[in-house]
Amino acid sequence: MARTLRFNIFRYNPRNPASVAHMREYSLGETESMTLFIALNRIREEQDPSLQFDFCCRAGICGACAMVVNGKPGLACHTKTKDMPGEISLMPLPFFKLVGDLSVDTGSWFRGMYQKVESWVHTSKTFDPAAEEERMDNELAEKIYELDRCIECGCCVAACGTALMREDFLGAVALNRVARFLIDPRDERTEKEYFDVVGSDDGVFGCMGLLACEDVCPKDIPLQDQLGMLRRKMALAAVRGMLPKFLRKD
Amino acid sequence: MQIIQTDLLCIGAGLAGERVAIEAAGNGFSVICLSLVPARRSHSSAAQGGMQAALGNCVMGEGDSPDVHFQDTVKGSDWGCDQEVARLFVDGGPIAMRQMAFWGVPWNRVVPGEHTYYKGGKPFTAIEKQEKEGLITARNFGGTAKWRTCYTSDGTGHAVLYTLDNKAAQMGVEVHDKTEAVALIHDGETCMGAIVRCLKTGELRAYLARATLVATGGFGRIYRESTNAVINDGGGLIVALDTGVAMLGNMEAVQFHPTGIVPTDILVTEGCRGDGGTLLDVNEYRFMPDYEPEKAELASRDVVSRRMTEHMRKGLGVKSAYGDHLWLDIRHLGEKHIRHNLREVDEICQSFLGRDPLYQLIPVRPTQHYSMGGLRTNKDGAAYGLKGLFSAGEAACWDMHGFNRLGGNSLAETIVAGMIVGGKVVEFLAGTDTVFKTKCVREAFDAQQGRIDRLLAGQNGAESAYAIRDAMFDSIMVGAGIFRNGRDLDECVKTLQVLHERAGRVGLRSDGLGANPEQALALKIQGMVKLALCVAYGALMRTESRGAHTREDFPERNDRDWLSRTLATWKDGADLPTLHYEPATQTFEIPPGDRGYGGGKIIPMQTEQGR
Ligand SMILES: Cc1cc2nc3c(=O)[nH]c(=O)nc-3n(C[C@H](O)[C@H](O)[C@H](O)COP(=O)(O)OP(=O)(O)OC[C@H]3O[C@@H](n4cnc5c(N)ncnc54)[C@H](O)[C@@H]3O)c2cc1C
Repeated sequence: MARTLRFNIFRYNPRNPASVAHMREYSLGETESMTLFIALNRIREEQDPSLQFDFCCRAGICGACAMVVNGKPGLACHTKTKDMPGEISLMPLPFFKLVGDLSVDTGSWFRGMYQKVESWVHTSKTFDPAAEEERMDNELAEKIYELDRCIECGCCVAACGTALMREDFLGAVALNRVARFLIDPRDERTEKEYFDVVGSDDGVFGCMGLLACEDVCPKDIPLQDQLGMLRRKMALAAVRGMLPKFLRKD
Repeated sequence: MQIIQTDLLCIGAGLAGERVAIEAAGNGFSVICLSLVPARRSHSSAAQGGMQAALGNCVMGEGDSPDVHFQDTVKGSDWGCDQEVARLFVDGGPIAMRQMAFWGVPWNRVVPGEHTYYKGGKPFTAIEKQEKEGLITARNFGGTAKWRTCYTSDGTGHAVLYTLDNKAAQMGVEVHDKTEAVALIHDGETCMGAIVRCLKTGELRAYLARATLVATGGFGRIYRESTNAVINDGGGLIVALDTGVAMLGNMEAVQFHPTGIVPTDILVTEGCRGDGGTLLDVNEYRFMPDYEPEKAELASRDVVSRRMTEHMRKGLGVKSAYGDHLWLDIRHLGEKHIRHNLREVDEICQSFLGRDPLYQLIPVRPTQHYSMGGLRTNKDGAAYGLKGLFSAGEAACWDMHGFNRLGGNSLAETIVAGMIVGGKVVEFLAGTDTVFKTKCVREAFDAQQGRIDRLLAGQNGAESAYAIRDAMFDSIMVGAGIFRNGRDLDECVKTLQVLHERAGRVGLRSDGLGANPEQALALKIQGMVKLALCVAYGALMRTESRGAHTREDFPERNDRDWLSRTLATWKDGADLPTLHYEPATQTFEIPPGDRGYGGGKIIPMQTEQGR
């Protein structure tokens, strides 16, 4: 028999002076193939049109709908109710600024991150429209794409113990971004330049190794591997920095 | 009133908006992009398949050239496109792809040696040339003579958008996300920016700009079953139509994609069929070769969608609680291919259907997918009717797609048009100064604030925006779906006219405070119904079948009377658009002919071309 699901949803509208943060309960009949996307839209349209949440592609590709589902950050559109107990609690992602209810402002934080790690290809060359493209090994292209698959949903940062304690911690998403450029031969940054970005407690050395980031990543990106790789490189770069000049390579 | 001023205001931060933004910023102009969502969540990120450009590097693309690409594009458009624009597009394609590679896109590359590929479900081998090693490779897409769709695994849109947004960040392009343009500021001749609602606070702001670009993507969400993101509701076209002078082109040209999954309407890429996936019916019989012996599953989208519908109408669809569907079969492509090259497809099947495509069939049916129509511009991307207003990407009717766009051509359009229109915007900014008339700004702002105030005070009535939206969904699918006819369209137009009137009496059930989602829909619903009316009324008046526009009562493509583009404007207080027509193209590189697929009769053009 179809279940009646009980949703406990965080409600707070900072724009309404009368609003206080609280959990509100809604019940909804479960239907076949129901996801949290379907459920939340039905709650909004049938019961409470003021309920704020974010969906965009609703296909697990854009990262808009990250929230804390029964205690764990994840994408709501991906979450099938049949995999859930009858009682479902939904909270907004911590760490990011709250817009209202389940909606948070990830955009501002991520744009800050792009500037901090200079999330773009650094090159001294200029584009020549008449020239053939520079060649690249397909395997390398695929390796770069593997790290480019991050959808900036924010789950890894929201789940990160260090980030919650230390506001300036770059977080797994930024370290993964740096790794993406580090393996890209088009980016001419030296190890030392990368070190200046991530070689501190706000970067690779801040991580306490709790592994929650990788655990919650909806794209299964091997975030800890990237961290390990960066740490080894950065430790090396740090050592190289102490070597006498004639022994250095960069 | 908070006023923000910039040289260029891009309404939209998807691929098209950001590509134009980068061009302007690179030339020293200040740029702000608005977006409903953080830029990288724009719908472009969901495009999986790839972008067409005639690089001709892979063995199956050998002999390709912009000329061949041009022919495919014009045929695909069913001769509805502007051939001068199609030419600009195909010539610009290879440069744009290489520029993306230069900026960081990890395109898949040619791997020399023997490879097994699939066509029509059958494997064959081909040898990739040694001298092409490491150049950008391509895959097969429907309606093309050569393999020319450049890709990164199956996250092409994602990879290109991330690269462009990185570039935009480097160039200092400002992105104001969680904002929504609700009106253009104009005096009937010149556009001066936009009135914008902040989706974090609900407050209105005025953005003054010397040039304004509409790059808001498609408007698929006027249909219930659409592959588009939920934010693709045509906001940019609504604000343009509301000016009374800007024109929307070919709104009746709506593409349905053959493979939206049932029930959630999420798209699985054409790459599935390009790589050899097949379509099966209730008896697990492969039916497409019976209809299209040559191209089978890889005929253009309008044709495949129609054939599927036709087949289901014969009772050969698979019955389900969500209506009839057919099967997509990719099992034979094998584990490596499915888990790797088609990983997003694999993920979609597993996460949203609980099915493993390696062992199970995928339930699919034709689903609204692409808007060929949009804000009509000239070949420079300048909108008809208002100076200083530009458009690019899916929101624009530039018009290289005519009545059917080819898979892979729209993602390519965003960056090629972005490059070309961006250049023209730069010329415009360098050569023109705009007078910002404070009266226009104040009036535009007050009009929008007044709408919100009346809504909050409940002065308009108590109609539910959701109920009107649902009724619009029902009506447009009956009237302006895959197959259309005069009787249903007439009914649909009448229903929508009633809904248009009701939409003026919407009230809120909630308090409407802050970034209230009910208010957002309430402010937009009448505009959405207007767009639906442009689609349905345009379709009713166009008494022929062309590309995606299929009239059962007028099955011929009528080049004698209808080799034309529909242009819609909306007069203040009207409940129907005013339609005008212009020739589909001023120049002909290829005269109208047979597409070579899809069947259908043609009434030939006479010496004097249509209206
Ligand atoms: C599922 C799917 C897969 C696809 N796959 C392919 C493919 O493989 N190949 C291909 O060629 N094409 C594909 N397409 C089509 C292609 O993705 C789109 O045509 C293209 O990405 C559109 O890009 P755009 O920049 O024009 O618009 P979008 O990427 O949709 O961006 C629109 C922008 O406008 C903003 N916006 C909208 N309204 C407002 C407003 N009122 N105020 C402020 N901002 C606003 C949005 O926030 C967003 O930033 C696919 C489409 C779908 C639906």
